[in-house]
Amino acid sequence: MNNLQAQYNKHMIRRKATNYIMLTMMVLCAVIALIPLISILTHIGASGIKGLNLGFITNLPSPVGETGGGMGNGLVGTLILVTIASVIGIPLGVLTAIYLSEYQQIGIFPSVVRFVADSLLGIPSIVVGIFAYVVIVIPMKSFSAFAGGAALGIMLIPIIIRGTEGMLRMVPDSYREAGLALGMRKWRVIVSIVLPTAIRGIVTTIMLGIARISGETAPLLLTAFGNHYWSTRIDQPIAALPLQIFNYAISPFEEWHNQAWSGSLLLILLVLIISIVSRVATRQQKFK
Amino acid sequence: MTKIIKTEKVQAWYGTEKALNGISLDINKNKVTAIIGPSGCGKSTFIRCLNRMHEVIPGAKVTGKVLVNDVDIYSAQVDPVDIRRKIGMVFQKPNPFPTMSIFNNVASGLKLNGITDKKFVAESVEKSLKMAALWDEVKTRLHHSGMSLSGGQQQRLCIARALAVEPDILLMDEPASALDPISTLRIEELLQELKKEYTIVIVTHNMQQAARISDYTAFLLNGDLIEYDLTESMFTKPNDKRTEDYITGRFG
Repeated sequence: MNNLQAQYNKHMIRRKATNYIMLTMMVLCAVIALIPLISILTHIGASGIKGLNLGFITNLPSPVGETGGGMGNGLVGTLILVTIASVIGIPLGVLTAIYLSEYQQIGIFPSVVRFVADSLLGIPSIVVGIFAYVVIVIPMKSFSAFAGGAALGIMLIPIIIRGTEGMLRMVPDSYREAGLALGMRKWRVIVSIVLPTAIRGIVTTIMLGIARISGETAPLLLTAFGNHYWSTRIDQPIAALPLQIFNYAISPFEEWHNQAWSGSLLLILLVLIISIVSRVATRQQKFK
Repeated sequence: MTKIIKTEKVQAWYGTEKALNGISLDINKNKVTAIIGPSGCGKSTFIRCLNRMHEVIPGAKVTGKVLVNDVDIYSAQVDPVDIRRKIGMVFQKPNPFPTMSIFNNVASGLKLNGITDKKFVAESVEKSLKMAALWDEVKTRLHHSGMSLSGGQQQRLCIARALAVEPDILLMDEPASALDPISTLRIEELLQELKKEYTIVIVTHNMQQAARISDYTAFLLNGDLIEYDLTESMFTKPNDKRTEDYITGRFG
């Protein structure tokens, strides 16, 4: 055995021990990280499934003491709020991301845009709610679905900008060059080559954003406000699942607590369904 | 002999880094011209200046003149898009569009440039695939993904895609460097067929390949054109000491 081999072997046992310890720690951390996630899901599932039936998603809330009330108006309200937020957030976010990724990657303006988007990502959601309250609710002199949707839309924009930009950047430049070298116009390369290549990632980003905002409560307290009745008007206060869950959960009634659990489960399922539908819709053409 | 491309003192930069120090070179019609030189000598940069692809890199700059059929392609009246339709390009790594079928890959240059006549497109796809010697291998599965092909097939697909827009000139940036010897041989045979109809400028760092396939060879070193001659003369009696050193394998 030569000298170098001997030196390697000297550390052999220690290296193996270190390797074993580090590996064990990583597996342990992975398990610990899973515990809260799985317990949240199982607890909500177990507590919420009892009350989750057709009546729950079609009925209005019932007064205390009566059974059979639901969160139908909250479900509709959340769908309307998320739709308003998407109409505001998706085009603004995606187009800004295309600008940052395809047209102006470097320079002062793009850096400012990225910095502002990153800062917005970190702003507490209640602050966005107060902002929407000041610029929309006060001038309109009424809480409204529009104000709630706008607040959620403001939260959605930075999520989509940064996520979509990342997805577009992952498309190799060689595809862009191939398109340009064929004499395609730049917008054509973006629309027909870059976007189709990145579409799944972009949709995933948008879905994560929507999942995140559809569970937001704080920005809705001062904007959508909540409503005990059916309402689809965007200039009127509107119910929302997270608001109703919040109100029921802090109530002193056992029946309402159970309904809050069912509402939570409904919210999770809603996000899951939107996510699955959008994934199926953008499924890449299958080649045999 | 018709000179289809004439370059005069072409200089190119990436940001502040100068890649070409003034290349003046005339390229003959319907010939294969090889550009050889060690890595980083500016071979790829030079051919990217010939179809205005250099400028798509942020911060890149070109000066000097490039005349194609006696038209200065850098003059203000010229649209780079028109230039690139007349001067096709094949890249080092095969880059078929991943979301498109074999057929749509070849058709992309036509369809996405506004050609809507389906019959014309279909005929053009078949013709291009035949010219690229790929038709027989893919004719039964034109609607499979372009990514399902082998590396060599993908590169021939990219050649077919470039041919479909009917360019006059084909620029090839080390088209065989990522391929195995058999695929390389097929591409080299293909070039001999293609030069009947096209002018070909090919960058290669493989001197044997340049000697096998090209009629003319230009040797670049550190952004300067050292020597440009008939391939035969260049490889048998080079005029410049540096050329001789390079082709005999003393450096590079």
